Amino acid sequence: MLGKLDWSAVPVGEPIPLAAGTAVFIIMLGVLGWITRRGHWRYLWLEWITSVDHKRIGVMYCLLGLVMLLRGFSDAIMMRVQQALAINAPGFLPPEHYDQIFSAHGTIMIFFGSMPFVIGLMNFVVPLQLGVRDVAFPTLNSVSFWLTASGALLVNISLVVGEFARTGWLPYAPLSELAYSPGVGVDYYLWSIQISGVGTLMSGVNLVTTILKMRAKGMGYLRMPMFCWTALASNLLIVAAFPILTATLAMLTLDRYLGFHFFTNDAGGNPMMFMNLIWSWGHPEVYILILPAFGIFSEIFSTFSGKPLFGYRSMVAATLFICVVSFTVWLHHFFTMGAGADVNAAFGIATSVIAVGTGVKIYNWLFTIYGGRIRFDTPMLWALGFMVTFIVGGMSGVLLAVPPADFMLHNSMFLVAHFHNVIVGGVLFGAFAGMIYWFPKAFGFRLHEGWGKAAFWFSLAGVVTVFVPFYVLGLEGMTRRLQHIDVSEWTPWLYVSTMGVAIMLVGVFCQVAQLVVSILNREALRDETGDPWDGRSLEWSTASPPPTFNFAVPPDVTGQEAYWGVKQRAIKAERLSDEPDYEAIEIPRNTPTGFITAFFATTTGFALIWYIWWLVIVSLLGAYATFVVFAWRDVGETEISVEEVRCIDRARRAAREARLAQKEEA
Amino acid sequence: MTAPVAPRAEANMGDPYVLGRNVNAGGEEDRSEGGGASKSIVTLYGFWIFLLSDIVMFSGFFASYAVLVGATAGGPDGSSLFELTRIKLETGCLLLSSYTCGMSAIAATRRTLALTEIWLLVTGLLGAGFLGLELQEFAKLIAQGAGPQRSAFLSGFFALVGCHGVHVVAGLLWLGTMMAQIWVKGFRADVMRRLMCFSLFWHALDIIWVALITIVYLMGHAR
Repeated sequence: MLGKLDWSAVPVGEPIPLAAGTAVFIIMLGVLGWITRRGHWRYLWLEWITSVDHKRIGVMYCLLGLVMLLRGFSDAIMMRVQQALAINAPGFLPPEHYDQIFSAHGTIMIFFGSMPFVIGLMNFVVPLQLGVRDVAFPTLNSVSFWLTASGALLVNISLVVGEFARTGWLPYAPLSELAYSPGVGVDYYLWSIQISGVGTLMSGVNLVTTILKMRAKGMGYLRMPMFCWTALASNLLIVAAFPILTATLAMLTLDRYLGFHFFTNDAGGNPMMFMNLIWSWGHPEVYILILPAFGIFSEIFSTFSGKPLFGYRSMVAATLFICVVSFTVWLHHFFTMGAGADVNAAFGIATSVIAVGTGVKIYNWLFTIYGGRIRFDTPMLWALGFMVTFIVGGMSGVLLAVPPADFMLHNSMFLVAHFHNVIVGGVLFGAFAGMIYWFPKAFGFRLHEGWGKAAFWFSLAGVVTVFVPFYVLGLEGMTRRLQHIDVSEWTPWLYVSTMGVAIMLVGVFCQVAQLVVSILNREALRDETGDPWDGRSLEWSTASPPPTFNFAVPPDVTGQEAYWGVKQRAIKAERLSDEPDYEAIEIPRNTPTGFITAFFATTTGFALIWYIWWLVIVSLLGAYATFVVFAWRDVGETEISVEEVRCIDRARRAAREARLAQKEEA
Repeated sequence: MTAPVAPRAEANMGDPYVLGRNVNAGGEEDRSEGGGASKSIVTLYGFWIFLLSDIVMFSGFFASYAVLVGATAGGPDGSSLFELTRIKLETGCLLLSSYTCGMSAIAATRRTLALTEIWLLVTGLLGAGFLGLELQEFAKLIAQGAGPQRSAFLSGFFALVGCHGVHVVAGLLWLGTMMAQIWVKGFRADVMRRLMCFSLFWHALDIIWVALITIVYLMGHAR
């Protein structure tokens, strides 16, 4: 009846997962209780869970990313503490548990922390920057988000029901085959990534279509803000790379469930094929994450320097160069495979060459800052911090691209330092910068600057203190993922690194405080104008938060930096443009389709993990029924009347006029 | 104050740091887009992008098949297993079904309900025929001990051909739902868009099948 599932799956005898699970459970009960007591369920269901508005979905993506970042960070704390305690000692985590923690840390940070955060920002910002009312397929967007949430839920269920994979964030075969990993851990990995991967792919299709087919009138390709360009490149990579992940994980699933021999040691299976396939997705994946961050920094450097982005076209070219070349470097993840000098040299050169594209971007940002009137608001601090950490991380990456050096440093702590330097310093700093930059747009009030700045400085200090010792440890020969350590000489560096994680913890606390304090003081931090940073692209031309339909009248773009031009003309003429003729607006109706689909996806995944076959069939039928019910609906849109549009837009125009008057006085 | 350059010059002209930006920015000749495309274009375009991603997924299976084709682990290889007569029949069914699918699209653009439904039905029957033949082949192979567990080559074969088969199953499910929907809802705009997407999907399966017979069956048979 319940397949492999019985009471032994619940870790009653293991205090750490049990305590963690209980804590999460109590927090969740608390949140649910609070919602019930305040009577917010109806609002939550109507306005958020069933919403197909790209802005709401973007915010939910970011929220999911933030929560999962906290989960991944708690794994990181445990790993640092274990390595500090386990020098010639057992430490507090047994090997089978430690292995789950580093696997979960990587999986969560990439798939459920960074990815939702970055996709959330793209979802929120891209339609606003393009001057359109929503993404191409709003309901599909909701399905994508909820599928991602479903994958995240499965990973979290593994904490208390069964176990998670012990095979690293990429389940290398043959270790991940049934013969060596007989438990449900790898299955949890496979199905949660598979489900969220489908969500990511759909979101990629959606955003590519949006950017290529739905721009505002006059918004030619070379008038798009840089963030839209990087989002386009990133989503093209999603469309081209995620299917490879789907195929690869499907093969591993067939091996595990039906006795196929893709990656097994026997019957002709080829484990190295797994490395090749997974990294031909995996390398583009790192650019899927970093490219949008590059876009965010481009927006921020330009806005806070009060200048157009330097070398716009070279930036576009560099972005697309990285997009294409990212598919030709995957083998550098396993130079030690022994493919031979020729192959390694080719991939080593390609890897060094891809850094040129990034170099172009760095110089463009420097020249954007040069000669500008720089404002050091929190987003700009994150951007400047990114420059430093990312250049260090990037240079160490170029060093690793040299195959002979890589033979020395492969799988060492040096590598761990490198990719954390670029992912934390690049993607996470970018996500935080973007969050603070666009927060006033999403909610209508700014985030508290003091807490934000404290969060930045502690995070930066933490990143440096945690990861610089890793470079040294790697050069001294320490390999990654050690559960216990036999070399006493490494002790000081491991202690420094553990101190660093404490500093980062303060940074995380400041981030949370930043959100809490800002929400409590939202009236004082209110952004009345809709343009709190003196922005340059179209999202700043609408109100904060934007109305459901984003723009009362579709913008007509007449130059680069669409909003900057309009704003300067208004300042010069000392008046806004004439009030336009409003029309009624059709917006897509909300639907619970995404939520229900994800519910069935979760039960399907859970049933497959535990071999509960009847539940698989029931869930798939449920998903099909959901699909049919959605396909059968007759009214897909609701209309917002002219009066309402006019009323909403007049309020926005009044705010702008007040601001214009203020500017004249000053 | 002697600021070297006015960084906030209104147009881009005054700022030497805007290298690479179009000097004509704002000029009427620079206008390249006339606003968003129509809903049917957006939908079909998005579906094309999805199909491309699906083809990338197939290419993953093709690549792994190509790597594993020689790894027979002492078991049978393609030349001793594949029956070209069956493949001819399967190909006939599938290609013919693409033709009938095209006919249904023509009937739908002419808004003739009965013809649309009939052509769709024929498409479905041909698809089901293809699927029957394929399942028969799989059953036969498994019965003679050449199942996917036998060798990596057979794993690759079953996964690649099976993945196409699963797509045909999904297509048939879609087709049945589509027929019911046209029957109930008529040729509504959204139904028409879905029908066009279905046609694209069905034709894409044909393209993949052509690659499949070439690489798996013909090259395997010639081995």
